[in-house]
Amino acid sequence: MILPVRITKRDDVPRRQAAVILVVSIVLALVFSGVVMLLFGLNPIEVYGTIVQGAFGSAMRLEQTMIKAVPLTIASLGILVAFKMKFWNIGGEGQIMMGALAASWVALNHPGLPQPLLLLWMGAASVVAGGVWALIPAAFKAKMGTNETIFTLMMNYIAIKFVMYLQYGPWKDPESKGFPRIPKFSDAAILPDVGGMHAGWVLMLILVAAVFLFMNYTKKGYEIAVVGESLETARYAGMNIPVIIMIAMFISGGLCGLVGMVQASAIEKTLTWGLSSGYGFTAIITTWLARLNAVTTLFVCLAFAVLLQGADYIQLALHVPSSVAQVVQGIILFFVLGSDFFLRYRVKWIGLARARAEAE
Amino acid sequence: MKESAPAIEMRGISKSFGSAYANKDIDLTVLPGEIHALLGENGAGKSTLMNMLSGIYRPDSGSIFVNGEAVRFASPKDSIKRGIGMIHQHFKLVDVMTARDNIILGGNSGFFLNNKALNRRISELSDRYGLDVKPDKKVYEMSVGEKQTLEILKVLYRGANILIMDEPTAVLTPQEIEKLFAIIRNMKAQGCAVVIITHKLGEVMEISDRITVLRRGEAIATVETAQVEIPTLIEMMVGRRVDLSIKRESFHGAGPDALSGEQGLLCVDGVTVYDKDKKAALDGVSFTLRTHEILGVAGVAGSGQKELCETIAGLQAAEKGRIFFEGQNILGKSPRDIIRLGIRMGFIPEDRLGMGLVGSMDIVHNMILKEYQNQRGFVLRRGPSAEKAQQIVDRLDILTPSVHTPVSRLSGGNIQKVLLGREIDSDPKVLITAYPVRGLDIGASFRIYDLLNEQKARGVGVIFIGEDLDVLIELCDRILVLSGGRITGALDAARTTKEEIGFLMTGGAA
Repeated sequence: MILPVRITKRDDVPRRQAAVILVVSIVLALVFSGVVMLLFGLNPIEVYGTIVQGAFGSAMRLEQTMIKAVPLTIASLGILVAFKMKFWNIGGEGQIMMGALAASWVALNHPGLPQPLLLLWMGAASVVAGGVWALIPAAFKAKMGTNETIFTLMMNYIAIKFVMYLQYGPWKDPESKGFPRIPKFSDAAILPDVGGMHAGWVLMLILVAAVFLFMNYTKKGYEIAVVGESLETARYAGMNIPVIIMIAMFISGGLCGLVGMVQASAIEKTLTWGLSSGYGFTAIITTWLARLNAVTTLFVCLAFAVLLQGADYIQLALHVPSSVAQVVQGIILFFVLGSDFFLRYRVKWIGLARARAEAE
Repeated sequence: MKESAPAIEMRGISKSFGSAYANKDIDLTVLPGEIHALLGENGAGKSTLMNMLSGIYRPDSGSIFVNGEAVRFASPKDSIKRGIGMIHQHFKLVDVMTARDNIILGGNSGFFLNNKALNRRISELSDRYGLDVKPDKKVYEMSVGEKQTLEILKVLYRGANILIMDEPTAVLTPQEIEKLFAIIRNMKAQGCAVVIITHKLGEVMEISDRITVLRRGEAIATVETAQVEIPTLIEMMVGRRVDLSIKRESFHGAGPDALSGEQGLLCVDGVTVYDKDKKAALDGVSFTLRTHEILGVAGVAGSGQKELCETIAGLQAAEKGRIFFEGQNILGKSPRDIIRLGIRMGFIPEDRLGMGLVGSMDIVHNMILKEYQNQRGFVLRRGPSAEKAQQIVDRLDILTPSVHTPVSRLSGGNIQKVLLGREIDSDPKVLITAYPVRGLDIGASFRIYDLLNEQKARGVGVIFIGEDLDVLIELCDRILVLSGGRITGALDAARTTKEEIGFLMTGGAA
């Protein structure tokens, strides 16, 4: 096939130009998604408008948007720590579930504890559970070099199915008249409200700052980055690679586990097997789009939360399936990842005639 | 085919990558029966030019004529059809196959194979060009020299009468180089045109008829080899006069045994290292490194050099033996132990960006790669290292936009200076350097030699793994020769010859 362009490698792209390329790719993704909507007989302008309305239109909707941004951001921070080490943690979902499970165990068994103590205990339990769940594939990778992608993915299903078993079996509320449901937490186990919504957002902001500082200003963060860049260099520098892998994965899984605690405590007020709602997977996309920077992650996750909340709303308002928003998400990811090509290569229009002549 | 036409004529060839010109308006003419050397430093555009001739790249502008006919190559296949064969620096052979299988691989030999006819054709070609290839020998059983001969036979079998060889002598011993040159002369006698890409001047003078010198993408001149001297060629390559003598100041008495009673700085005693297949990569290696000394290590690539360096640096586990650093046995200690024990040892590994540095990080973050281990607490302190990075940049004239530029963006010579700068800055007593000038241009190489000599003058014991025997002889005090993981000779550099080293490199007296 003859293309009327010439493609050449380019040197460094100035920051401003890189930003322009990024913005253009997002705009193009929205336009392209619009075309897809047109094909299905939808009015893209109306859909986009409704998404924005659904995300920001009222205080209640804004709260719903933030409720989605919190777990997504915290999970993304967890994924970030692993990805920085080039450890492809696809197991966020499972780590969220295990965190939720541990927090629920604490909440259900100690309903009478004072609230601060109970919440702290739940948080700690969720971090340990998520971290340990992530440590299993990490230990195998560190000691035997197993592939973490498949391993972490499979661990998701084990975690989800185990919680499902508890919900339908041993932990089922005897007073639910046969309905498969785990009893609600006591009030002490519910995250309090701060500034109009549950306190998770405060936790989110603290963690963004903490992960940013950890990755950029600590010895461990430095080690994680070096291990991600080159194992040989890490060995040369005398780093204890297995220990670094395991510490990083404990942090990664621990952050995801904390998401489980937040969701169980503030949103579901109990443990359900559907509680992770795909945040562990969506976080992979947002982390990648944020180019593994903690602060950028916050903004990407806020934008994605708008899409998620807007999607729920268009279903109600326009009777359009919320999958439309997922289509938009997917297309944005493709376009932004694709825009990388234009950062690395210069594409010059030379016309079909000249291209043909050169090809001969 | 017109008899009088040049085998290759390239006119006004330009090629750019991004904003940088790799080739700019280059003319090159190669006649049939001529050995033409393409000379230039790394990045001068030699490989780019030849890749256009072999159909891998397409020129932005300019035209190529083969035997007088204008050609446009869309792929390497077109170029092979025109009788052009390229022999790459890294052999493209299938290890588990025989020589014959490799020769017919990828060719259009029809569905059925006629081994008898093939063998006949192979032996016919072998006789004509003086190639010594056994058709049924498997590639993994071959020496480097044999593999190269097979590569040559492969392109000849496909009908090549124009041969391009990219750095053909880089991996050969002096004896193998002699054999290769005999083959090349044979091809010339048969009317083939041969282009050799190289930066080794001695070989250029020996083998070539004419030389084209490239510098920064431009053709500087084409000269008759008989009418040019080496200093003139260097001036053309580098663009200025370069003093090519390496000074060697001796701090010990004459001869290797003069100070034999003195305790060494680093004593390697009977070290044996197994590779993955449980074969001995190092076999009972013993030697002593003294202060004020550059100890060269010569050997064919893969004779145990990498294992030797990595074992001393603690990166490789040894089966047997002891290594004493100022009387303390350090064998079995990890790099971390070595750093934390304060053992002052610097190591410039062969793979600079893959092992010695972190490519995506800046100079500041690369400076702390080892010493951060000795920082207390949780927080990474970068302040002092930013100052240090600036000092090293200034002292070694490292060309970089700033100390915050990722090191992978720097040129090869500057990358090496960052690495060497860091290791020297740690004030080592022993400095291990593996191929420290590989890939560097002449100016940068000499800067590195000077730096190593400075360290030697300060009392450092330097291990220098090298590949250019001329440099080893000029720079080092003593030279160890490795062959198949064993030391086959320990020579006084002032009194040895390339031939002697070459003999020991292939096993020699053992």
